[in-house]
Amino acid sequence: MSEWRELPLIFELSKPGRSACSLPRYELPKAEVPAALARAEAPRLPELAEPDLARHFSALADRNFGVDSGFYPLGSCTMKYNPRLNERLAALPGFADLHPHQSPEDAQGALELCFQLQEALAEISGLDAVTLQPAAGSQGELTGLMLVRAYFQDEGELEQRRKVVVPDTAHGTNPASVTMAGFELQPVKTDARGNLDLEDLRCVVGPDTAALMLTNPSTLGLFEEGIVELARIFHEAGALLYYDGANLNAVCGISRPGDMGFDVVHFNLHKTFSTPHGGGGPGAGPVAVRRELEPFLPAPRIVRAKDGALSLDSKRPKSIGRVRGFLGPFGVLVKAYAFIRVYGPALKEMSEVAVLNANYLLSRLKDVYELRYDRLCKHEFVLSAATLKREHGISALDVAKRLMDYGIHPPTVYFPLVVPEALMIEPTETESLETLDGFVDAMRRIAAEAADTPELLHQAPHGRPVERLDEAAAVKRAIVRYEFEASAPTSG
Amino acid sequence: MAAAENYPADLKYHSEHDWARIEGGEAVFGITWKAQDMLGELVFFQPPAVGADVAKDGAYGEIESVKAVSDLVAPLSGKVVAVNEKMQSAPETINDDPYGEGWLVRVKLADPGEADALLDVAAYEQLLAEE
Amino acid sequence: MGTGYLALTNADRETMLRAIGVASIDELFADIPEQARLKRELELPPPASEVELERELTGLASRNVHTGQELSFLGAGVYDHYVPAIVEAVISRPEFLTAYTPYQPELSQGILQAIFEYQTVICELTGMEVSNASGYDGATVAADACFMAAHVTGRKKIAVAETVNPQVRQVVKTYAPGFGLEIVEVPHTDGVTDPDAFLAAAQDAAAAIFQQPNFFGCLEAAPDLARAASEAGALAVAHVDPLSLGVLEAPGNYGCQIAIGEGQAAGNRLSFGGPHFGFLAAKKDLIRRMPGRITGQTVDRAGRRGFVLTFQTREQHIRREKATSNITTNQSLCALAGLVYLSWLGPRGLRELGETCLGLAELAKSKIGLPLAFDAPFFKEFAVRTKRHSEEVVREAKKLGVNPGYPLGRDYPGLENVLLISLTEKRSPADIERLAEVLGEVLA
Repeated sequence: MSEWRELPLIFELSKPGRSACSLPRYELPKAEVPAALARAEAPRLPELAEPDLARHFSALADRNFGVDSGFYPLGSCTMKYNPRLNERLAALPGFADLHPHQSPEDAQGALELCFQLQEALAEISGLDAVTLQPAAGSQGELTGLMLVRAYFQDEGELEQRRKVVVPDTAHGTNPASVTMAGFELQPVKTDARGNLDLEDLRCVVGPDTAALMLTNPSTLGLFEEGIVELARIFHEAGALLYYDGANLNAVCGISRPGDMGFDVVHFNLHKTFSTPHGGGGPGAGPVAVRRELEPFLPAPRIVRAKDGALSLDSKRPKSIGRVRGFLGPFGVLVKAYAFIRVYGPALKEMSEVAVLNANYLLSRLKDVYELRYDRLCKHEFVLSAATLKREHGISALDVAKRLMDYGIHPPTVYFPLVVPEALMIEPTETESLETLDGFVDAMRRIAAEAADTPELLHQAPHGRPVERLDEAAAVKRAIVRYEFEASAPTSG
Repeated sequence: MAAAENYPADLKYHSEHDWARIEGGEAVFGITWKAQDMLGELVFFQPPAVGADVAKDGAYGEIESVKAVSDLVAPLSGKVVAVNEKMQSAPETINDDPYGEGWLVRVKLADPGEADALLDVAAYEQLLAEE
Repeated sequence: MGTGYLALTNADRETMLRAIGVASIDELFADIPEQARLKRELELPPPASEVELERELTGLASRNVHTGQELSFLGAGVYDHYVPAIVEAVISRPEFLTAYTPYQPELSQGILQAIFEYQTVICELTGMEVSNASGYDGATVAADACFMAAHVTGRKKIAVAETVNPQVRQVVKTYAPGFGLEIVEVPHTDGVTDPDAFLAAAQDAAAAIFQQPNFFGCLEAAPDLARAASEAGALAVAHVDPLSLGVLEAPGNYGCQIAIGEGQAAGNRLSFGGPHFGFLAAKKDLIRRMPGRITGQTVDRAGRRGFVLTFQTREQHIRREKATSNITTNQSLCALAGLVYLSWLGPRGLRELGETCLGLAELAKSKIGLPLAFDAPFFKEFAVRTKRHSEEVVREAKKLGVNPGYPLGRDYPGLENVLLISLTEKRSPADIERLAEVLGEVLA
């Protein structure tokens, strides 16, 4: 613990008169803004020279943990390796210095990349048309539901179709998106095998149903065995099926959402397609739809003329409009495109290995942690620390914190809500057998420690810059920006 | 700091882990030990306005911990006559004393007969045992 | 074929299959119904090696004309400001680049502290008391602000000035039906928004949104617009250029409750439109209605200062259908770039940059000598009237290696002969001479 020195905030390193910037000084006419609009007092931005700036951010990076730092089995996040070549490619001046308002004739390379990516995503999903606009999975979800809404409005059925069916295992973004799209939530239960309860479902699906929102495999890492029947139930009721693509890493090239019966799909390029998570974004959440929904897609659309030239078509009268600026997060799209080009049809192998890795971990851990659904999993699985809690007072949180001492990022904890003391583990395909065995080893040791030395777990982690933090205090005494007034002036 | 598990005999209970202390034509509401145990350290109380109507089994406010938010369910119907100010500055009081200092609202009852539908302490403890 | 990213050997696979107790990988997919299976290969181009991939993408990149290849005065919401190398050095640190959202604070003090510093910097720029950790872009944060305002006021109408960026207005209109909101636009008068018209539109509105500087580059009477909004009982929302806030007053200091904007100009490359980041900041009484992540300061068991995600009960993973937004992944790395950039600038640099942009725009106006489309003062962009259709002017000028600006007719009927010219510190007086020369030739 003592190896971590206390790190000042950048404002505490600040000293008046210092500056890192280097701006050109031109001979220019005097120009001022009107006095009524002029800034009275300068903002208290940091004042540091560049070397100290470099050192400060380097120290911050040292206190962070990424996929490159160690195993990162966060369930439903697909923390796979981010190919470094893709960073170089997205930074090519022809991409990075291309203005989005540039005339289409002078952006043909960028438009071509987008067009090809759309085609690839259509093929991967088994659907017909794609938009690249949404900036993240959540925005893709909302876009998808807006498309559902526009479709039913066009059919004259929107008044009647108010409900979207969402399973109790769903990620919180699903119900949040339902509300934002102006629908009502209709929850449905999961049965003992981890599938949707079809009996419960038949009772709730009817003429007031707009859509189903489903992740397949589910957040339990289990493939929806009744998917064909499920699709039939909804389509017969005149409703649509929406696929949350967060778990697509399990089934690429094996089972496509379009073939499962879904009508609208969103992808998480920062999950399945390896674009870096960046500590919380940027991501990208493209959406693919069945032909019938194509007219409603966000505008503009990329279209190809007979001579092969690409341009933007804004004459889309039925479009839901725009969900984000320009064509989407282009720099992220470049990386996903590159990833898909490197695999091609071998994306299937990517998914096979992801599923193999997960099942291997499952087979070696299910005797030590509780498994509620005794089935082979797909790319992730959920264990429970409930037994450890009952017998030794050790929670999923304690297990998570102790894993840090083994140099491993914890799995997702306390989700999905249907499993108490949940540990959701997703290794992804980019892990070696040695890394997987190291994780198994650590988890088995922790289970033993739970019985022998529980205090060690309650006090974990032991080797990080901070111990467990008081999150209640962070709410009650909310400090959400630097308190300049409360701090003593710097002495430099 | 949290209190030991206990359920006073003089209170009436609602299955959503809310309690009512009936005092003539008025009642005081709060949440049970079980509720505060499930939520963890409480950080925020969103009360109804004084003068607002509350309906039996309906939500009358919200209570939050760091990791969870929960509707407060009214055991009985009535009009809010007082809100516990202390709860807004020190919501963790509920964890220490869910039945005394941690009371939430005082209500003038619309229909005291509704109390018959509530659980007594034995029935509530039975409910907890079954969960 | 991606096998450079896969570490399992054939022997490893055998070992693992044995441990699982299945004979082949196919058995792991046995529960997928026949009907749902893909029975052919994915029809995608064959796998490319990294060498081939680089060749292909370099080829695609070379089919674009970037700002290094033409003298560009294109702005209109996204700007070619200098991005210092230190920004790229910081955001390519793998501990930032490859990390997930900081749900485990002990492993994420780096990004959590950086977000706290970012939140502080945004509050300083905008004169606000709480900022979130970033939104998707300058357009979607406007939709976020509408959602916030609707909840806070209980009203169902939003007033937006027509001089707000067209893409921002489009996104707000796309989100409005789901939120049950009516959008009312306030037409401009000679390139700016009349406060009385704004007041009228803001009656019964949850929020009234204006942009400063506006899409035409003109300076609005921002304090008057904020006052008009408040008089009508609506939240005053200012959409601002972050790099203007060294010379222009902060919205929080002249009566706005919410400040939003596009952060791209602060340390993020143009990148054909993204990824960028939107910022959203507000007065502290609005904290519980803020969408997106918020980082807070606290202490650990031993009294050490540390940072955590806070007020998480607003967010989707807890509040689900009652959340303040569905947002999860935001634009963290882009916001980090913004923080590094603004720290590199410092307060004097920000002021200097603002003054340089003002001076360059003033110089360009006089050298070009074309009539201004609007009378109002401007910051770093201004609109000129050309005798010809501005799309044609752009086409002709590009043949001479100059991209003179954005044709406003694309978004505003009646302004087909108006060109929006944008200046940043990357354009020199010599560049301006060249622009004037080319425009002179094209319009001769």
